[in-house]
Amino acid sequence: MRWLESNLGLVWDLMLTHMSLCIPPIIIGFLISIPIGWIANRYRLTRGVILVVLGLLYTIPSIPLFIFMPLILGTPQLSSLNVVVALTIYAVALMVRSASDGLGSVDKDVLQAASAMGYSGWQRFWRVELPLSGPVLLAGLRVVSASTVSLATIGSVIGVTSLGYLFINGLQRRIPAEVLTGIVSVLLIAVVFDLLLVLLGRLVLPWSRRDRSVRAKTVARSRTAVLTGAGS
Amino acid sequence: MNHMFTAIKKGRLLTGLVAVGAVVALAGCASGDPLDTSSTSGGDAAEGGAIVIGSQAYYSNEIIAEIYAQALEANDIEVERQFNIGQRDAYLPALESGEVQLFPEYTGNLLQYYDPETTAKTSDDVYAALAGALPEGLEVLDQAPATDQDSYNVTKEFSEANGVTSLSDLASVTTPLTLGGNSELQTRPYGPEGLLATYGVTVGFTPIEDSGGPLTLQALKDDQVQLVNIYSADPNIAAAGLVTLEDPEGLFLASNVVPLINTDAATPEVSDVINKVSAALTAEDLVELNSQSQNDQESADTIAKNWLEKVALF
Amino acid sequence: MNLIEQGFAWILDPENISGPSGWVARLLEQLAYTFGAVAIAAVIAVPLGYLVGHTGKGRDIAVSLSGGFRALPSLGLLILLALGLGIGFRAPLVTFVILAIPPILAGAYAGFEAVDRRTIDAARAIGMTEWQVVTRVEVPLGLPLLIGGLRSSVLQVVATATLAGYVAGGALGAFIFEAFALRDYPQALGASILVTALALVLEGIFALLQKLVVPRGVVVKEQREVRSRSSRTRAVMGTPIREGK
Repeated sequence: MRWLESNLGLVWDLMLTHMSLCIPPIIIGFLISIPIGWIANRYRLTRGVILVVLGLLYTIPSIPLFIFMPLILGTPQLSSLNVVVALTIYAVALMVRSASDGLGSVDKDVLQAASAMGYSGWQRFWRVELPLSGPVLLAGLRVVSASTVSLATIGSVIGVTSLGYLFINGLQRRIPAEVLTGIVSVLLIAVVFDLLLVLLGRLVLPWSRRDRSVRAKTVARSRTAVLTGAGS
Repeated sequence: MNHMFTAIKKGRLLTGLVAVGAVVALAGCASGDPLDTSSTSGGDAAEGGAIVIGSQAYYSNEIIAEIYAQALEANDIEVERQFNIGQRDAYLPALESGEVQLFPEYTGNLLQYYDPETTAKTSDDVYAALAGALPEGLEVLDQAPATDQDSYNVTKEFSEANGVTSLSDLASVTTPLTLGGNSELQTRPYGPEGLLATYGVTVGFTPIEDSGGPLTLQALKDDQVQLVNIYSADPNIAAAGLVTLEDPEGLFLASNVVPLINTDAATPEVSDVINKVSAALTAEDLVELNSQSQNDQESADTIAKNWLEKVALF
Repeated sequence: MNLIEQGFAWILDPENISGPSGWVARLLEQLAYTFGAVAIAAVIAVPLGYLVGHTGKGRDIAVSLSGGFRALPSLGLLILLALGLGIGFRAPLVTFVILAIPPILAGAYAGFEAVDRRTIDAARAIGMTEWQVVTRVEVPLGLPLLIGGLRSSVLQVVATATLAGYVAGGALGAFIFEAFALRDYPQALGASILVTALALVLEGIFALLQKLVVPRGVVVKEQREVRSRSSRTRAVMGTPIREGK
């Protein structure tokens, strides 16, 4: 533990860098997934194709994807943009299914009622569909967040600094405490992000808590979340 | 009811967005490389004047880079750290373009990168050849006495059992030999093909990606490999009682620590400071620095500071 | 696009196909890691998940475990284990088992929970013992979700098994790390195509399997529910079963 004592500053800095690497992909991935999920959900025929193709993106092994990013984007080798874009791709691959499921979970009667009240398609989407699919979207977002925080460590293999630095440096210097610190820090960030997302959910979706069937919904939601995640 | 509903939603959404914004802002404080800030020296490096120092993603290289950085800072030259860059293919273009300006390098490996066919072997020859082989815009400052070169090592038991102390002895070993080292060793001139061409030794190859680190050492002890490439300044060669095989035919090039610098950044002041550092950095020092990192688990920052205090250059 | 051609050319080059370090052997290693890890994980996680699902005890722990493990960085875990276990297949295998457990655990307990309480009450009412309730009602009805969990973990491991190459554990990652060190893009791309293709094939097999194991009664129910208008029941039964489509 001597290592940790003398490197608290480094660990903190790496945690901040790691977070700055993870937040854009989580947010951008979410924003991209909503329209794609809407299309997949709106036009039943495209649903299978979109979900399967995007789901397959998640099976691309991360290291080669990171390696190829500079070639595809024309960015410098060391640019953190390479990692951000790659993580965004994974985020979209994970999130689109949740987005489609979430939008699909909205009661058709409610949508018809909204239309009957004179909502245009656009209004209906923003005021009814999106808020009501919130719980499922949030569950998906939590999965995306955890996965992104974990995957960002791979960036260090290709020279983009993240908490993965502690793995590689710890290996070279034979300091298990350093590697362990890296793992714990990643988990810590994941937990903080998760709590923030739950908090965000409570702020933005207050009705989901008051729902009488909250217990049943939580069960269903956690199950959806558990099963939509594929792999790193 | 709908109006109330959306009104609440908007309020909540706003609060939510503020929360997200706060997190982004928090993380945004850390934009940039945290390894940049591993130094204790105050203030962010200004964009224009600072000299950008890079390092490999190798702990020992990072220590040397940190020494360069602190030495320059001690002489009121602003620096910016861009450490932990992967391999030569990644950082040399960055040096040529000026994205990174100063980098601790190793003469032999660097020469072989630019001139794989080189015949230079000794320290001085390699250094002389290197000056001619570098592309436009790059130059090397004085090389240090410290070396950190590839070397082939066996266990003491293996050495005694087979009477092997030199690479030329390996040809008479009858049991199959497997060499362990980073993937790229496979295609290096001193890799398996070089062993065959120079010493008539046939070896298998197991890639282990820890740059001669603990996994490589463990594989050697477990006899999963019999021969491993470990950098000569690694304190574990001595600690584990390994036998470094002699290289009478010069399979390996001498590889001294050398500062590689972008010509634009090579002002007399910078060159003067770095040359003083190089002159003081001995082979024993480098092993000791590495040992402080591995065994005492000191940070590169502390190790560099202590060494600079010890040699008392500035 | 030239690069993609080169990637396929690398795959088709006879020199890269056969032999102990050809891609066929590496691909089999990748498969061995995948099924080995998932099998070991299933032995651990399925009984545990069933226990949680049947009794409802320890549910919160199971949920947070399966959620939290998703954030476990596999590279860090692999390196930490390799520092103890050395090079070769052991450290990667243990890493992949740990990665494979959460989705299977989740699939197992979620499968039990998804069973309508009224169905279980009915089973008890007709005189089934507790054991019969588990084996004849909960296990078959929970099977689609369990298969879904197995599928998630297979896909997770098959992609992550690439990391084994970092500690000389073989598999297709060996090509990728080598290619990265040597900047051999065609090889990196060729090996990545193989990993992705392998994942594709496994995904297809599981999609098929998932359809085959769904008990007939559930199929009928599911088909009805796709058109049903209640969001809640759909979320309960529909989503996971549709996974493979």
